Amino acid sequence: MERNVALIALFAALIAALGLVPKLTLAFGVPITAQSLGVMLCGTVLGAKRGGLAVLLFVGLVALGLPLLAGGRGGLGVFASPTAGFVIGFPIAAFVTGWIVEQWRSVSIGLAAGFASIIGGIAVLYVFGVFGLMVTLNKTAMEAAILVIAFVPGDVIKAVLAGIITAALARARPASVLSRA
Amino acid sequence: MISLTSPVETRAHRWPAGAKLAALCAATMLLFASNDLRFHFAAFACCLLLYALPGRLFFRTGLRRLAVLWPFFVLILVWHVATGDVQAGVVITLRMVTAVGLANLVTMTTRLSDMIGVVRWLTAPLRRIGINTQGIELGIALVVRFTPVLAQKGQLLAMAWRARALKRVGWQIVTPFATLAIDDAERVAEALRARGGL
Repeated sequence: MERNVALIALFAALIAALGLVPKLTLAFGVPITAQSLGVMLCGTVLGAKRGGLAVLLFVGLVALGLPLLAGGRGGLGVFASPTAGFVIGFPIAAFVTGWIVEQWRSVSIGLAAGFASIIGGIAVLYVFGVFGLMVTLNKTAMEAAILVIAFVPGDVIKAVLAGIITAALARARPASVLSRA
Repeated sequence: MISLTSPVETRAHRWPAGAKLAALCAATMLLFASNDLRFHFAAFACCLLLYALPGRLFFRTGLRRLAVLWPFFVLILVWHVATGDVQAGVVITLRMVTAVGLANLVTMTTRLSDMIGVVRWLTAPLRRIGINTQGIELGIALVVRFTPVLAQKGQLLAMAWRARALKRVGWQIVTPFATLAIDDAERVAEALRARGGL
């Protein structure tokens, strides 16, 4: 119980901290915000239930008024803004990501984590994100999807990185990678 | 940790947080139920008035927090000028700004402790059926405590990278960063157990 609470809380804090460090640069000079990478990692490392709860705790604290989103955003206004769907979808994205890693045990953890991040952290997340845009901006699903399609390639790179990082963590701290424990 | 509560003490700071949240819910539903241009202009004007009442500092802080919406503001207006339906564009923009503005207003006038009080109240039924909700409150406290700690460790990792590499800080620091978070979590869990546990 203590270990679960501590891991959930520290991973929620990790997502917040990833939003506070300056943008990271990829090999070919493209800057990325690491916060959504943190959401994927919660699922791939902690598994469905704990990973989902860690992200839910993070999103809950944003709602309570802490400026934890990248760029120091936070508060209830986030949940009324056009990007609300993405924030609300974060915990479910982490849950689905973790669930796939837990179930798909026949392949290496890195491959499972990368694939799971594409399904959970991109496909599932964008369904919520697009729905949020449809409601707040009064657009059809197609119109809303056009608005966010440009962000997909960056997120695919993050999913690949989530796979590489999860594989490294499974080597460094095997007992703490609970999605495969 | 810095919170988004306004430093300017307003009368609304003393109102019960639950009532403010309920009013916000009702107002947001009303905003999304109507497509009437005059209604949205009136709602927007009321929202601006609420921001102006506590004084100039509060007004300016509030407007600065709404500034993050400008890309959507531009996007929607360009979109609707292009499609020739300007009135719908104005309604959508006004609704977006008013809804976010009112929500920010609740955040600005409600302390974190009052918000946690609402969470306690909402989770009361869970306690009654025997679920331990202590973990939620401990989790909140741990995140508030450890976010600055981890952020500082992240800065140190970035500095260590810069001291050794010519290139800008890369994604590679995320692995040691997550390892540090895992190690901290294991140590916190041990410390909690040593102190009697949950």
